[in-house]
Amino acid sequence: MSKPQPLILLSFLLLAVVLIVLPHGLSYSQREILVFLTINILVVSSYRLLTLTGEWSLGHIVMMGVGAYGSALYTKELGVPVPISMILGALTAGIIAWGLSFPLFRMKGFYFLIGSFAAGEIIRLLWKRFRDPFGGPKGIKRIDPFPDIDFGFVRIDFFDPVNYYYFALIIVILCLVILWRIEKSMIGLTFHAVHWQDKLAESTGVNVRAYRTLALVISATFAGLAGTLLAHYIGTVNPNVFDIEQMVFVLTWAIVGGTTTIYGPIIGCIILTALNEIVLREIGLEQGRPLVYGLILIASVLFMPKGLEDVVKKVIELMKQHVFRGRIKDV
Amino acid sequence: MSDILIVSDLGKQFGGIKAVDGLSFAVREGDIHGLIGPNGAGKTTTFNLISGFYKPTHGYVKFFDEEISGLRMHHVARKGVIRTFQHSTLFAELTVLDNVLVGTHMMFKPSLTAAFLGRERQSRAKAIERANEVLEFFGLQAFVDQLAGELSHGHQRALGMAVAMASQPKILLLDEPFTGMNPEETQTMMGLMGKLRDTGITLLLVEHDMTAIMGLCDRITVMNFGKLLTEGKPLEIRNHPDVIEAYLGKQKNAS
Repeated sequence: MSKPQPLILLSFLLLAVVLIVLPHGLSYSQREILVFLTINILVVSSYRLLTLTGEWSLGHIVMMGVGAYGSALYTKELGVPVPISMILGALTAGIIAWGLSFPLFRMKGFYFLIGSFAAGEIIRLLWKRFRDPFGGPKGIKRIDPFPDIDFGFVRIDFFDPVNYYYFALIIVILCLVILWRIEKSMIGLTFHAVHWQDKLAESTGVNVRAYRTLALVISATFAGLAGTLLAHYIGTVNPNVFDIEQMVFVLTWAIVGGTTTIYGPIIGCIILTALNEIVLREIGLEQGRPLVYGLILIASVLFMPKGLEDVVKKVIELMKQHVFRGRIKDV
Repeated sequence: MSDILIVSDLGKQFGGIKAVDGLSFAVREGDIHGLIGPNGAGKTTTFNLISGFYKPTHGYVKFFDEEISGLRMHHVARKGVIRTFQHSTLFAELTVLDNVLVGTHMMFKPSLTAAFLGRERQSRAKAIERANEVLEFFGLQAFVDQLAGELSHGHQRALGMAVAMASQPKILLLDEPFTGMNPEETQTMMGLMGKLRDTGITLLLVEHDMTAIMGLCDRITVMNFGKLLTEGKPLEIRNHPDVIEAYLGKQKNAS
């Protein structure tokens, strides 16, 4: 941060322009996919915060569901206005995660993974089992959409995917900034410490359990927020949206992208979604998505164990060298 | 000088094995206190009991007249009892500076709201200042940005102590700090420990390296089979028949 770096500023500007213009070059159905992609980026980024502490959960997608169900129910049953219900839904996911942390953090590593899967399935099956208030297997329908905003001169209608995309994009970027700040803060450092040497961290006075719980709760809250974004867009939630298949997709995004940088999972999510929606749809193979994802997962673990982010790092490194050399030639 | 750490009738049983059995000793403030004994005597278990890694089966540990046995590890640490680990237990994937910053955790508790709002520059600057002080003390300031895992063995051990030191201990428990060191590194480390004591920190160390132990310690406690064998000044210990027997075995008559 010693001096302003015009190159970085320029690339951010370019990215902003691309993000703003992007939906206008797409078909209607592609715009819808863009909205889902934006939401999924928040899901996978919040998931990464948990992986910072070294724990991998299989219940993350259910936390997203808790947010979605929560927000839907608050609006439908209690008449809470939508923007507030979204915040409440996200907080509900955080609170549920906090409750689950007590049994789950008696375990570590693989056992935590299995435990989180079981806990998630319990919640999911509760949604299925109880028609009142969760709507049973069919879920909740006709969820209130995000209210239109009327400025007088323009009216923003959030049924339109482009408008909803902008809305979701702003929320997601805000969340990413917060997640990034947490990671770069002393709390993030402590997360890393808990990951690599929990005993040493504990011996310097770090309450390891509290920090694991904190990571779980924060990641669940943001996943819950992503869930509310989804619920008020598609207008319906059901238990199958948040099943293990979906969780495996999130895992695949994170693993293929890599989790050591903040952009790794995002790249994984974007590239795999593009692959799914453009390539597979084109050749009529979108039903084979789990199969293709499985193959990609295996291939990436074998041939690209550090993820796509490592490729990006190398490209940046190469570019830097190139620029550097160019400068020397200029002199 | 008064006793700051009192171990009384301490016992730990693993199944049928009594790893520590009725151990009592006291550490005086400002001393370098050695805890020695043959392999399997229960020294590391004793350390784990004091630092809260294990809960004792019976007996207690008191620190400044306050019982600390049975507390969880981070609570014990917050009382000022900081331990290091055998081998080079470090955050190998983090930089040297970040390692020590984790050590400052107790002094500068991170706040979530500050992190949310990006407003922890001040406390972070102070933490970094503290970390740099400690790194200078251990002669590590040249390696600040290096990954801890890439340091030489001697430097890694010093960093391990720096992490502990950053958390402002009143007593430092060092578990085999000299293991795997060459004589030169041992000398440097001994110098560091002397310096540490001069800053007013009490040291309790488990060690096998007898030159280091005899040269450094003010008092030595000898353990065997989980029990206290004897206690005394280095010279007394060196010539104590029981200690010689514990280490070398009983002298047999050749008749």
